[in-house]
Amino acid sequence: MGMEGIGARVARKEDKRFITGSGRYTDDMVVPGMKHAVFVRSPHAHADIKKIDVKAAQAMPGVVAVLTGKELKADGIGNLICGWMIHSKDGTPMKMGAWSPLAVDRVRYVGDAVVIVIADTKGQARDAAEAVNVTYKERKAVTTAVDALKAGAPQLHPEADNNLIYDWEIGDAAATDAALKKAAHITKMHIVNNRLVPNAMEPRAALAQYDKAEDHFTCWTTSQNPHVARLVMSAFYNVAPENKLRVIAPDVGGGFGSKIFIYPEEVVCCWASKKAGVPVKWVADRTESFLTDAHGRDHVTEVQMAFDKDNHVIGLKVDTIANFGAYMSLFSSSVPTYLYATLLSGQYNFPAIHANVRAVYTNTSPVDAYRGAGRPEATYVLERTMETAARELGVSPAELRRKNFITQFPHQTPVIMNYDAGNYAASLDAALEAINYKGFEKRKAESAKRGKLRGIGMSNYIEACGIAPSAAVGSLGAGVGLWESAEVRVNAVGTIEVLTGSHSHGQGHETTFAQLVSERFGVPLDSVSIVHGDTDKVQMGMGTYGSRSGAVGMSAIVKALDKVEAKAKKIAAHLLEADESDIVVENGALKVAGTDKNVPWFQMALAAYTAHNLPGGMEPGLKETAFYDPTNFTFPAGCYICEVEVDPDTGKTDILAFVAADDFGNIINPMIVEGQVHGGIAQGVGQALLEGANYDPSSGQLLTASYMDYCMPRADDLPSFEVSHQNTPCPGNPLGIKGCGEAGAIGSTPAVINAITDAIGTNNLEMPATPQRVWRALQAKN
Amino acid sequence: MSEISMTVNGRKVQGTVEDRTLLVHFLRENLGLTGTHVGCDTSQCGACLVHVDGKAMKSCTLLAVQVSGSEIMTIEGLANGADLHPVQAAFREHHGLQCGFCTPGMIMSAIDMINRHPEGLDEATVRAELEGNICRCTGYHNIVKAVLAASKEMAKSTKGKGRAKAA
Ligand code: FES
Ligand code: FES
Repeated sequence: MGMEGIGARVARKEDKRFITGSGRYTDDMVVPGMKHAVFVRSPHAHADIKKIDVKAAQAMPGVVAVLTGKELKADGIGNLICGWMIHSKDGTPMKMGAWSPLAVDRVRYVGDAVVIVIADTKGQARDAAEAVNVTYKERKAVTTAVDALKAGAPQLHPEADNNLIYDWEIGDAAATDAALKKAAHITKMHIVNNRLVPNAMEPRAALAQYDKAEDHFTCWTTSQNPHVARLVMSAFYNVAPENKLRVIAPDVGGGFGSKIFIYPEEVVCCWASKKAGVPVKWVADRTESFLTDAHGRDHVTEVQMAFDKDNHVIGLKVDTIANFGAYMSLFSSSVPTYLYATLLSGQYNFPAIHANVRAVYTNTSPVDAYRGAGRPEATYVLERTMETAARELGVSPAELRRKNFITQFPHQTPVIMNYDAGNYAASLDAALEAINYKGFEKRKAESAKRGKLRGIGMSNYIEACGIAPSAAVGSLGAGVGLWESAEVRVNAVGTIEVLTGSHSHGQGHETTFAQLVSERFGVPLDSVSIVHGDTDKVQMGMGTYGSRSGAVGMSAIVKALDKVEAKAKKIAAHLLEADESDIVVENGALKVAGTDKNVPWFQMALAAYTAHNLPGGMEPGLKETAFYDPTNFTFPAGCYICEVEVDPDTGKTDILAFVAADDFGNIINPMIVEGQVHGGIAQGVGQALLEGANYDPSSGQLLTASYMDYCMPRADDLPSFEVSHQNTPCPGNPLGIKGCGEAGAIGSTPAVINAITDAIGTNNLEMPATPQRVWRALQAKN
Repeated sequence: MSEISMTVNGRKVQGTVEDRTLLVHFLRENLGLTGTHVGCDTSQCGACLVHVDGKAMKSCTLLAVQVSGSEIMTIEGLANGADLHPVQAAFREHHGLQCGFCTPGMIMSAIDMINRHPEGLDEATVRAELEGNICRCTGYHNIVKAVLAASKEMAKSTKGKGRAKAA
C-alpha cells in the first residue's frame, strides 16, 4: 500500500468544494431565461378529477404556462413504469396500473401531481398554483396493505383486481411444511416493518432546458443513475431519443435509493421546457419530498422458524404482504422478492425455506428501494425471530446463532443465492469481545440499582451486493443489465481521467477510485480525476445503488486499467528497446525489471500522443474502455450488538453502546468505509427508535410530512459507534470487494429492538419504539 | 419591494427584494452564494445556517429585510484564500461529511458553538448543541469528532497568537 493507494485513509478530494460552499447541486444551477415550476398536487388520497380550470392561474403575474396531463398525453408522453417483471405463482404477469406523470382523470395519493405551473419566480408560481381550480369527486381511500386486500376495499387500478399486484413465492413449500411438522420447536412471530421516508437532505430537483435549434434537451437532476434516467425517459416516456437528451446529475445531496427512480417531475419539466419554450426548474420543498419521494419498507410478515431437538434450524416459512403505494415505482417489484426473499437464509444453514409475498396497491406514496432494499426487511424477520427463539429455548442468542452458522463455502441456500465466502463466527466473536458481552450481567445489575432496565441484543446480517450479474437478473425479470462501464483516459502529459458510470452522492468515489489508479501506476492522487454523472461525458453506466460501485464500478475501472497498462508497457518496451514482459510499472515510471532503465509515466504518455516513435502498427493515444459484468452477487455480512438502558418510568431508551463487526471483503479507504457504516447504523437506529411514516387511515393524509412530525435522528439520539472489520476477500471480482454502503442500515435495526425487548422483558413492541410504545409495552406486561 | 443593504462576507451589498424574500433566497439567488442550502420548510434542518452579526441563525427563517444593515457571514466567507478555517479543515480531516449538503450549515453551527464555549467542549455538549442541524449521511459520529478536534485546535491558536477568526 502506498500513502495514497489501496488501504490508505486518504482525506477526500471532493471535500474541498463542499467545505467551502462551492458544491454544485441541481438547485445551484442557473441558465439564462430560466423559469420556476410548482406542481399542483392532489389534496385527496383518492378522487376522480372532474374538471381542471387554469384560467385564473394563467392570468396571475409572472405566469408563463399552466399545463395539464391532457396536454402531456396529447404530446405522447408515456406512463411511468416498473422495470422489473415479476410473475405470480399462477404464472400471470404482475398487474401494473397506469401512472401518468400528470394525473388525467383520477388521483390515487395525496401528492399525486396534477398540473405544472411555470412562472418568472418561484413565489409567483406558488401563488398561481393556488389559483388553479381542480374539481375532485372524492373516493374512499385505503392506506394499509392488509386492509387493501380485504373484500370490499376501495379499488385503485382496473388492472389489479383486489389491489393485488402479484402473489409470488420462492422456495420449497412441501419441504418446509414437512420440516415444520417434525419440528421440536417452532418460533412464530408477527412482524411489522414500519414505513420510512428516505429523507436525503437535498430535496429532489430538476432543471430542464430545451434547445430548439438542435431539438435537444438537457436535464440536470438529482439522480443516482443519470444514464438509466436518460434510457428510461427516452425509451419508455417518450421525452426524446437518447441522442437528443443529455442528463446531468451534478453534486447530489444523498440518495439512499430514493434518487434511483425516475419520477414524474423530471419528465414533466423536460416536456414543459419545450412546450413553454423556457428552461424550467423545479425544486421540491421538504413536505413535497415527504409526499412524493418513494418511501421504503412497509411489510407485514408472519414467520415460523423450526428447530430440531438439538436446536438446529430445519425450516423457515414466511408470508409477507408488501405495501406498494398508489403506483409501481421503477424497481418496486424487485424489492420484496429478489432483494428480500432470496436473503431469508441469512447466515444460517436452513435446509428448507418457503416464502410467499403479496404486493398490494394502497392510496399512499409509491414505495421502492430504500437503503438496503429488501435486505433490511429480511434481516429484521430473521434476526428478531432468531433472538426470540433463543429466549424461548432458554439458550444464549449468540450460541444459538453460532450453532446454525454456515461454515462451508461456497454455500447454496434454498432461495437462489450461492454464498461465495465468509466467516460469520469471526464477526460474532469480534462483536462479543468489543461490547464485553461477558460483563453484561454485571452492568445490568448496576443499571437495576439505579432503577433502569438494561438490555442487550444482536443481529447477524447478510446481504447480497455488487448488483448484479446481468444474465441472472435478466432471467429473474430485470429490464436492464446491471454491469458497469469505465473509461480511462491518459492525457498527453500523463494525468489521468477516469470516466465512470457509477455516481457519487456522498460515497467518496472521487477519492477511492483515484486511489485505485494511484496504486496501480504510482502516480499522485492529484493527477487523477474522476468524471461521473453526465451522459454526454460518460459512455454509459448503471449508476450507484445496492453497494455496487466498489464491487462492480471499480472492477470495470480495473479492466480498463489492465488495457491501459498493457498498451503503456508496449510503448515503454519500444522506447527502452526491451522486452514487453520485462516492463514493470512502479512509482510513476515504467522500468525494465532489475535494471535502472526506465521511462517516466508522463514521457510514455507523451510518446503515445506525439506518435513519433510507436511500435509498428500501434494506434496513437492512450485511452481504454471496459464493461464489467459481475459473475455473482457479493455477500457482505457481519454482527451488530446494541446495548440499551430503558427508563421504566418514561419508556425512554438510551443506546449505551453499539458495536459493528463487518466483513466487507477488501477495503480501499477504511475511513470512508467506516463513514458508510456510521451513516447506515444511524438510519437503522432511526427506524428502530424514531422514524415512521403514518397515514390517517380514513383520509389517507400523510400525518408525518415534515420534520416537525417525522422524527429524524439527531446527534444526541445516537452514541458513537465502535466499528471493526473481519474481512474475507470476495473471490468474485478482481479487487476482492464486497461492498459496504447498506450494511449499517440492514444490520442495526433488529439489534436495537432485540436489545429493548431484552430490557423490558416483552416481545410485544412495534417500531419505532418510541418512549410511549415502550412504556405501554411495559404496562401491558405488568 | 424593499431596498436592502448589508455586509456579506466582508463585502457591502445592496438589492431590491420582495418583502417576502427570505435571507437564504437573497443569498442564493441575488448574490449567487449557493453554499447556503435549503433542506426543509420548518426551520429544523440547519442546512441554511449563517452568522448574522456573529450569531448562528437559520437564514430560511429570516426575511432579507429583517437583517438589512447586518453583517452576514456565510460558508463562502470562512476560508482565507487557500487557508481553511480550522473547522473546515477538521471536517475534512475527520471525514465529517459525505454528500456535503448539510455541511455548510454544520460548519457554521460548529463555529458558533465553539465560540460560545471558550472553556472547551465534550461529546455530550456537542451532540446536544447540534440539535438544530440534521445530517442524513454521517450518523454524526465523525461530525462530533471534527467539532471536538476543531475546538481544541482553535483553543490552541487563540492562546498562541489570537488567530481564531471571529467568523
Ligand atoms: S432550511 Fe433552514 S432549517 Fe432547514
Ligand atoms: S453529509 Fe449528507 S447530509 Fe450530512
